[in-house]
Amino acid sequence: MSPLLQTIIITVVVLLVLMTIAANLIWVERRMLALWQDRLGPNRVGPLGLVQVVADMVKIFFKEDWIPKFADRPVFFIAPTIVIITVLMSFAVIPFAPGISVVNLNVGLLFFLAMSSLGVYSVVLGGWSSNNKYSLLGSLRAAAQMISYEVFMGLSLMGVVILAGSFNLNDIVEAQGRITWFFIPQILGFFVFFLAGIAETHRLPFDLPEAESELISGFHSEYSGMKFGMFFVGEYLGITLISSMIVTLFFGGWLGPSFLPPVVWFLLKMAVFILIFVLLRAALPRPRYDQLMSYGWKFLLPLSLLNLVVTGLVVLLLK
Amino acid sequence: MLLSNLRTIWLTFLHLFRKAVTIEYPEEKEKLPARWRGRIVLTRDPDGQERCVACYLCAVACPVDCISLQATQDETGRRYPEFFRINFSRCIFCGFCEEACPTYAIQLTPEYEMSEYVRQNMVYEKEHLLINGPGKYHDYNFYRVSGLAIGGKAKGEAMNEDPPVDLRSLLP
Amino acid sequence: MAKTAKITVDGKTYEVDATKNLLEVCLSLKLDLPYFCWHPAMGSVGACRQCAVKKFRDENDKVGKLFMACMEPIVDGMIISIQDAEAKEFRKGVIEWLMTNHPHDCPVCDEGGECHLQDMTVMTGHDYRRYRFKKRTYKNQYLGPFINHEMNRCIQCYRCVRYYRDYAGGKDFDVFGVHNTVYFGRHEDGVLENEFSGNLVEVCPTGVFTDKTLGKHYTRKWDQTYAPSICVHCSVGCNTIAAERYGLLRRVQSRYNGEVNGYFLCDRGRFGYEFVNSPKRIRKPLRKNKETRQFEELGSEDALKYIRKLLSDSKRIIGIGSARASLESNFTLLSFVEKQNFYWGESDRNIQLIQKQYDILRNGPARTPSLRDIEKCDVVIVLGEDLTNTAPMIALALRQSVRQEPVQSATPYRIPHWQDQAVRELTQDEKGPIFIATPLATRLDEISETYRAAADDIARLGFMVANSFSDRSPLVSGATDEQKKLSGKISEALKKAKRPLIIAGPSLQSEAVIEAAANIANAMITSGKTCELCFTVPEVNSMGMAMMDITHQGIESAFEALKNKPADTLIILENDLYRRAEEQAVDSFLGKFKNVIVLDYLENSTSLKADAVLSSGSFAESDGTFVNNEGRAQRFYQVYDAGENIKESWRWLRDIMLNSGLHEFGKWKILSDFTNALSKAMPVFDGINNITPPPGFRIAGEKIPREPFRYSGRTAMFANKSVHEPKPPEDIDSPLSFTMEGYRGKPPSSIIPFFWSPGWNSQQAINKYQIEIGGALHGGDPGKRLIEPKSGKTPAFFTKIPQAFSPRNGDWFVVPVYHIFGSEELSVNAPGINELTPKPYVMISSEDAGSLGLTSEKQIELEAQGKTYSLPAKLNLGLPKGLIGIPKGLPGMPEIKTGSWVRLKMG
Repeated sequence: MSPLLQTIIITVVVLLVLMTIAANLIWVERRMLALWQDRLGPNRVGPLGLVQVVADMVKIFFKEDWIPKFADRPVFFIAPTIVIITVLMSFAVIPFAPGISVVNLNVGLLFFLAMSSLGVYSVVLGGWSSNNKYSLLGSLRAAAQMISYEVFMGLSLMGVVILAGSFNLNDIVEAQGRITWFFIPQILGFFVFFLAGIAETHRLPFDLPEAESELISGFHSEYSGMKFGMFFVGEYLGITLISSMIVTLFFGGWLGPSFLPPVVWFLLKMAVFILIFVLLRAALPRPRYDQLMSYGWKFLLPLSLLNLVVTGLVVLLLK
Repeated sequence: MLLSNLRTIWLTFLHLFRKAVTIEYPEEKEKLPARWRGRIVLTRDPDGQERCVACYLCAVACPVDCISLQATQDETGRRYPEFFRINFSRCIFCGFCEEACPTYAIQLTPEYEMSEYVRQNMVYEKEHLLINGPGKYHDYNFYRVSGLAIGGKAKGEAMNEDPPVDLRSLLP
Repeated sequence: MAKTAKITVDGKTYEVDATKNLLEVCLSLKLDLPYFCWHPAMGSVGACRQCAVKKFRDENDKVGKLFMACMEPIVDGMIISIQDAEAKEFRKGVIEWLMTNHPHDCPVCDEGGECHLQDMTVMTGHDYRRYRFKKRTYKNQYLGPFINHEMNRCIQCYRCVRYYRDYAGGKDFDVFGVHNTVYFGRHEDGVLENEFSGNLVEVCPTGVFTDKTLGKHYTRKWDQTYAPSICVHCSVGCNTIAAERYGLLRRVQSRYNGEVNGYFLCDRGRFGYEFVNSPKRIRKPLRKNKETRQFEELGSEDALKYIRKLLSDSKRIIGIGSARASLESNFTLLSFVEKQNFYWGESDRNIQLIQKQYDILRNGPARTPSLRDIEKCDVVIVLGEDLTNTAPMIALALRQSVRQEPVQSATPYRIPHWQDQAVRELTQDEKGPIFIATPLATRLDEISETYRAAADDIARLGFMVANSFSDRSPLVSGATDEQKKLSGKISEALKKAKRPLIIAGPSLQSEAVIEAAANIANAMITSGKTCELCFTVPEVNSMGMAMMDITHQGIESAFEALKNKPADTLIILENDLYRRAEEQAVDSFLGKFKNVIVLDYLENSTSLKADAVLSSGSFAESDGTFVNNEGRAQRFYQVYDAGENIKESWRWLRDIMLNSGLHEFGKWKILSDFTNALSKAMPVFDGINNITPPPGFRIAGEKIPREPFRYSGRTAMFANKSVHEPKPPEDIDSPLSFTMEGYRGKPPSSIIPFFWSPGWNSQQAINKYQIEIGGALHGGDPGKRLIEPKSGKTPAFFTKIPQAFSPRNGDWFVVPVYHIFGSEELSVNAPGINELTPKPYVMISSEDAGSLGLTSEKQIELEAQGKTYSLPAKLNLGLPKGLIGIPKGLPGMPEIKTGSWVRLKMG
């Protein structure tokens, strides 16, 4: 098998699997939220309501795709695609199992950070082009929130890089095989990264760019039909991405006892974190916007700096 | 703060093991109280005649303006609606019409399964609304209380009324 | 400005009119003070005890005493309190007493929702009946087709008798019984005789008297769509409010105009509206099938196409206008057919008379008075007009003017004029001088000095009076002693008069009567006195037509003109030619045209002869302008949108013009374009565009809603047709909207669709729209007077005195008999009016009947204009010898020319 063909096959498989996961997350999230709220959730379409996803997809495809007259049409069109593209691009560097990754990049981590920063354009442009004050407010919040949390997301990962001595995600996973899963030495880093990840995907409780109680639906107020669907899928892909990154960086990636193949270990660990995302949504209320910002700058930033300094010191001393 | 958040998350997580409160509607049904505000009906008084006197108060009380009617009267002077129409596709079941009704004619009932595939079918005319009974109020009969003479009840024959004044009498 | 005083009400000081009573003043200040028995047009009697206020001696007096505000004259420095707890408690108590017997029937009461008693009960706060004993009941009476009687609801305020007997001069209605059982009604069941009985509906503060015609298709006040309108049933032009729901005209109410009708309307005006709902209405354009000679209905587009086909091959088009159509419609037709082909569809004789009246008013020194002015005149002379039947509201005004002089006698006794009971007690039956000269007895005879004679003798009497003021009016030779005595008396009265008034009109078809009236006015003014001159005209817009200056182009002229120069197409605008000229003449006239196009709203003999009929809007579906007998231009507005098949005549005509390629008329789009063009083409109408605000007028960016804000049923009323609610119709012609959305405050006076104010749901809300109670509306009373007298010029006197009337043996001279119910073309189609319309008859004086051996109701053969008619006879006491009364315009009555001689044969 030629390397090219192999890459293409991996790419296609990864894409398919991701899209399936993202789509099924719709069902997972609704069912899990319901269970945690003592309800049943969608249980009518197909066994356990599993075909609900199909129903939702059919519905969203056939919805009227309405563009407001006052919107900036080209930008309005492009915005939702950006989020999908950037998130999917990030997945390219994730090693699902030894040898199963689209590309083995030696600056994989930086690529991930770069891509997730680009994702903010989707939200900003979407809100701006809607030409609606609530959308604009939502996208401004998103911009400020993402730029702020970007900072300590990067910083929190530096501990991992110091420990692994590489930006290559494959190397990081293998380093965890050698040393230990990084969430033990990097408990602070994990903590900061996890929170920043929630903020990056603007999931509850940090979904202030949407904040339906204040801003209708924030940056995507004016979106409908499949364009809205793209934001929606983008959000689920984002959850998947952050969960994969947590697994890769802190929970040993594909590593695990050998009675299961590595890919399955990876997916299982990822699923746990996805469920934690949903659990957070079920449990926590949304903070005020100023609380979010001061939490980031006044608490998480010092914490990640502290983590970096301590990790550096420890590594230096142990050398 | 962090601990309290974690506790919240933990408690929420524990709900995974609780029984859901959902009633699975078409299979299971809740028994609704008699004063439930569901389907609107027009009732009859104990004599079996239409209670509605077409006073228009339900129509004016309706916040979504979904009641429309026209008053008419029979040859004895008894008022009743010529037509009475409720557009249930607009109705919000607030019950203001029942509150406004001075004759207990319009009443809300615990029936709620009124969905239609065709919206036009949600427009109910008098023949769809009128029932053959007094509804929640069994004894009230407006014309027995009011001073207006109608067929079968002349002046002074209503409850709490003196016989008509004899104009030829100058006695104190 | 009248005498003013400073009073303090609840700690606030106001400057007020000191000639008024305290209640009026409080209401003028827009303070809410409950009342029942007081009515702005009728003064105070202090019967209901509802308007109690606390009056304090001075600033130090904290206790005060209760007084009835309506009985308190204003004193400078007065300190009163409306909000005082004791006063409030007292007023609440009064309502509680009134309510002990009030029946539990608001839901089935037609007054409910616009009931003064409801408003006042809510205002005082009474809400629970503590009285546990039985309620008093009454039997009701049948009072005719207009008024419903429900005596149980009565609160004994006495407004009805005071209005009916004292104000309107009715005789057949009174208060009966004693103490707790007084009864307001007739001595027995029967139709109320007074022609102004409909006002009882608005005068009664509760639902004892309600509108029977409304009750037949009852809708609450809040559910009706209203528009400011003008009564079309005579020339006085009373302001009305017309109301609609579900496409049916529901009722007509008085629209207060301080200069015109004030608070009241006559019964023809109030109840004649039902012609709009008549089965004879033309609701779709019609085309006559050439073969079957039957009408087929058309859509409006098809109708216009058909008319274009008719017009495309016609060489000359004749247009016939009408005095019951608006200025705009007539002007549009005139513009289409051009002036030389336009005829005012009225008899030549009438046009001459109306034109003469207009010329007298336009060029003479005498001012034409408004209805309010007539009420204030103290000496009145009526020449030849039976006002109750030709211009009813003037008759009601005259009943007020006869009180002008007697009321003055109260001044020396220091009785304020609003003290109604005291003034009436003082003046008893005293009446001011009023002289009525007519061939027939009139309803006003009881308040006047009368003279029964033929038109020529009436004119001679007038000339004699004129001559006594100025020699320039010729001397009448050969006057009888009776005439001399009477004219002397009239002259005496006129000399003493402060504000004299002469009323005349065209109904006797006599130029001499009009000239005599003008001569009296001119003579008085040249002798240094004032005098006002009021002319009635036959129809609502007759004066407007006269002002259009289409002199002498009457219907007979049209017949004549056609003989000289043929034409092939005739357009008739809202006119039944068979009411204007003899049948054969009209038949042969219509027969000469290839195409006859009629625009009208009611089927009539003319429309039946048409090849195409366009469904015009009646006053309820049209906008337009009328000019009343005073020369006041007034606008009426469409009440509701009747769909694309019913349009204003001017809009139909515009569409016809556009269709026939006259594209320059494309710029005539909305009403104001038509009125603008009219006032440009005819400067006499200058300013009529400004009598109402322009269509673009908005208050706070909003239109004036035609519907009250609690209009109900919007999402259900059309749901039987489609559950998808239609878009509400838009009104491009006016600042009014057809919906309940819009500005909620008080609109400008000329476009008030209905009277309502928070807490005042009844017509009494008018108080809140007036600057001062009983005075002008805020922003001035609507309408614009187009005729003002020429002063400074010596007036021209008429010199032709007619010969005295002499009866002929065997021949009878025709005088017209007008009927308030029956003589008017449109209102007879209202079922109620129709019920009271007399059957055709001829009226013969008892004296002549005796010599003929005739008894009442006996058939008699009448030979007129070469035809013989058999009609029942009616005998009349006052009718002078040799005259025969022929009722005008009754359905089924042949048209017999006034002023012609007829022969009688016993049947």
